[in-house]
Amino acid sequence: MYPEYMAGSLKAVEATRAKRLELAKSGQPVFTPMTAEERQDVLNKFHPDYAPGALRTVRIGPNKGEELTTEVTEILEAHSMVEPKLMDIHLTKPDYETDLLIIGGGGAGCWAAIEAARNGVKSMIATKLRMGDANTMMSEGGMQAAVAPADSPTRHYLDAIGGGHFENKPELVKILTEDGPEVVRELEKLGVIWDKMDDGSMQVLHGGGTSRKRMVSCRDYIGAIIMRTLMDEVKNHPDMITVREFEPAVELLLDEKGHCCGAVLYSLDTEQFLTVRAKSTIITSGGFGRLHIRGFATTNHYGATGDGLVMAYRAGAKLKFMDSVQYHPTGAVFPEQIAGFLITEKIRGAGGQPVNKNGELFVFPREPRDVSSAAIIRECTERGMGIDTGASRTGIWLDSPIIDMLHGEGYTRHHFPAMVRQFGQFGIDIVKDPMLIFPSLHYQNGGVEIDGQCQTNIPGLFVAGEASGGVHGRNRLMGNSVLDYNVFGRRAGKIASEFSKTSKIGKPNLDHVVRYAKEMSDAGVESDLVAPVILPSYTPEDVKLQQLARLGNTPARHSMLRSRISRGDHK
Amino acid sequence: MKSAKAEAHGQTPAGHEPQPRMVTVLIMGKRHTVPEHATIMRAIEYAGHQIIRGAGCREGFCGACGTIYRLPGDYKIHTGLACTTLVKEGMSLTQVPAVPMEKAIYDLEKLTPDVTTIQQLYPVVFRCVACNTCSKACPQGLKTMDYIQAAMRGDIAMIMDLSFDCVACGLCALRCPAEIVQHKVGILGRRLYGRYLSKHSQHLDDRIDEMHAGKFDAEYATLMSMAKDELSKLYYARDIEA
Repeated sequence: MYPEYMAGSLKAVEATRAKRLELAKSGQPVFTPMTAEERQDVLNKFHPDYAPGALRTVRIGPNKGEELTTEVTEILEAHSMVEPKLMDIHLTKPDYETDLLIIGGGGAGCWAAIEAARNGVKSMIATKLRMGDANTMMSEGGMQAAVAPADSPTRHYLDAIGGGHFENKPELVKILTEDGPEVVRELEKLGVIWDKMDDGSMQVLHGGGTSRKRMVSCRDYIGAIIMRTLMDEVKNHPDMITVREFEPAVELLLDEKGHCCGAVLYSLDTEQFLTVRAKSTIITSGGFGRLHIRGFATTNHYGATGDGLVMAYRAGAKLKFMDSVQYHPTGAVFPEQIAGFLITEKIRGAGGQPVNKNGELFVFPREPRDVSSAAIIRECTERGMGIDTGASRTGIWLDSPIIDMLHGEGYTRHHFPAMVRQFGQFGIDIVKDPMLIFPSLHYQNGGVEIDGQCQTNIPGLFVAGEASGGVHGRNRLMGNSVLDYNVFGRRAGKIASEFSKTSKIGKPNLDHVVRYAKEMSDAGVESDLVAPVILPSYTPEDVKLQQLARLGNTPARHSMLRSRISRGDHK
Repeated sequence: MKSAKAEAHGQTPAGHEPQPRMVTVLIMGKRHTVPEHATIMRAIEYAGHQIIRGAGCREGFCGACGTIYRLPGDYKIHTGLACTTLVKEGMSLTQVPAVPMEKAIYDLEKLTPDVTTIQQLYPVVFRCVACNTCSKACPQGLKTMDYIQAAMRGDIAMIMDLSFDCVACGLCALRCPAEIVQHKVGILGRRLYGRYLSKHSQHLDDRIDEMHAGKFDAEYATLMSMAKDELSKLYYARDIEA
C-alpha cells in the first residue's frame, strides 16, 4: 500500500496514462532518444562513476598507477587471509587434486563443469555458498540473442559495442553475439523453457539499447530457470564433477614457472584453509555488488564481493575497465524492505514507462543502462521531480499498469509473476499501480582481462562471466550478461579442459602472496582490510565493536567483521 | 539497547531515520528485540549474527533462506523466506537452510516426457495422500500438491506450469507426510517440458544454419575493422524497431 502522501502523485500518473498509452501505440518512440552529446552530458553530470571520489589510483599490482573504482582499489590494497609459511605442508600434499578447478558455482561455473565433463575431463567446483547462489539465479528479464528473422548477430554486435561506448574488445563481442542463437538451442536441449509464440517461434522483446527485439525470456524467472537447469545437470554427473560448497577460494596457487595450478580454499564451516592442485583453473566467481559502491543499495547476491578480482590480481592478472560500475536504472525504492531489489528491465521492454512525480515522461524508456540511470538521478536531484519515500530516499514511478493496456488483461500476471509477488507481499498490485524506483548497484562491467580463449595473462588461468573484463566495455546492455556467462562459461569449460589434458604443472606455491605483501609495504600502503571480503557484514556498528573486543588474532583482521567497520552505517 | 540507526543496516542509504518501533522475536529460541519493519533476515543480522547458511540472493529467488515460525496464540507452523517475510511481535523462528534428500540421477536424453519417467525416477510421488500440506507450506504460494497430482498422471506440462516459480527451498518436502521431494519432481518436469514438449522454433534453426554457413562473416569483418568514429556514426544512425 502506498502511503497517503503519495496519492496526489499517483493521481497525476493516472491522469497522463491515456495520453502516454496513445503515444506507445503510435509506433514512434514515446520520448526522443538522446544524441551522443546528450548522453555524454548526462553521464558526466549525474552518473555515480563520474562523481568526485568515485575513483582512486591503485598503488600496487599489475594495474599500478591506474584509476579504479575506489572500493575496488580498497580491496586490492588489502591483506591476504593466508599466512603462506603455514601452508607449506598443504602445498606439498594438497588436500584435493583435480584436472580442472572451477572457482564459483554460478551459471558460468556450472557450464564450464558440464562442458569439461562432455570433454571427458573431471572438474571440481569450489563455491562460496551453495551451488547456484549467484547473480545468475536472480536475473529476471531475459537474454539477448539474435534469433528473430528481422534481427542479425551483426546488429547485436553494433548495439553491444555502442552501448559499451565503442570500447569493448571486438573479438569478445563477436564471440558473444555469434554464439547467441546456439546458446538458446543448447539451453533448450537441457530443458530450459523459453517463452514462445503460438507458432513456436521465440518471443522477443526490446531491452535498453537494442535496435531490434532480441530479448528471449522465461517469464520473469530466466535466471532461476537457467540456473536450476544447469545445477540439476551438474548433479547428474557425480562421477565427473565434484562440488565443494561453503568453500570459497581465497588465493590462487602458482608453480615455479608462474603457471596457475589451483587455489587455496577457505571452509566457512570449519575455518580451515584447504589446497587444491589443478591442471587448469577457471575463475567464475561473479561480481562485486555487495561492496555497496558509493553507498548504493544493490540488486546483487549476498556473496558478490569481487573475490575473483582480488585473487587474480594478487597472482599478477591484469584487470580491465575496473573504473566503471553498472547501476540498474530500476531498483525498487519503496517499500523500504525491498529497497535495492531488481525490477526487471523487461517491464520497460513490455512497454512500462518511467515517469516523474507529475506523471511526465522525461527519458526514452530504453536508453542504455548508464544513460537511463543518470537521467533518473538527474530527475530526482537537479530537477527535483522525484517522489520522497519517507525513508530518506527519492524515486520516480515505473508505470506498469500501462502494460496490460498495451498487451491485454492478464499479461502482467503471466509474464511477471516474480514482480507481482514481490510487490504483492507489501500490498502493492503492480497491475493497478506503478512501482517506485531508483538506480541500484547492479553489475561489474569490467573484470579480469581475457582474450577470446577466456585466457588471462597467467598461463593456466581462465576467467568467464561477470568476473571477466572486456566484452561489455564500460557499460553492459540488458540481457548481455545472461548471454555472457552462457557463451563464455561454455567456452572456458571447453578450452580449459582441453588445456588440462596436456598441461604439466609443478609444485604449487604462494610466493606471489609474499611478494604482493612486500610490494604493499614498500609502497607504504596501510590497510586494515583483509580480502577477499567473502561476505558483507550487516551487523550493527555497536554490536560489531563489541565483537571486535575479542583478544586474539583471528577476528580482528577477519574480513567478515572488518569489512564495514570504518565505512559508516549506510551500507 | 541498540542504536536506532542500526536499523539502517542492510540496504538502507544514509539518513536520520525516526526511531523505529521494536518487536520481540525468538530466533532459534533466543529472545531478541528488533525493529518492527525488519524482514526476518535483517532481524537475524540486527541481532548480531553473520549469516553463512540461510542467506542467498536476498530477493526471493534462490530458496536459501527458508524459515519456519510460529506466532503467539496460533497453533500453526508457518513458512516464509527470511529475505521477504516481515517479523511480527512474538514470532518464534528457525531457519531451515538445507533439507536432506536424494536427487535422482538421470540422462535427460534417455527419458520420455510421461508418467513412466516419474515412476522410474521418483516413485515416491505415488505415496501422495492429497493432504495439501505441501501447498500450505510453500512460501511462494504455489499449488504444489496439484503438480504432484499432475506428476502421478504424467501431465508434464502442468508440472512445468505450476512449479515454474519454485525457489527450491525444500519446505514442502520437509512437511510432506508422504516424504515426497516435490521440488525435485518440479525441476524434472520443467526440464522434460523444455526438452521434449516445447514447440519447435524454426526461426532458431534457420538462424543457426545461417551462422554455420558463414552468412554474417563478411559483415563482422567490416564492423570489426571500423574505427570508433565510423562505428559511432553507424550506431547513432541505425533504425530502431518499433
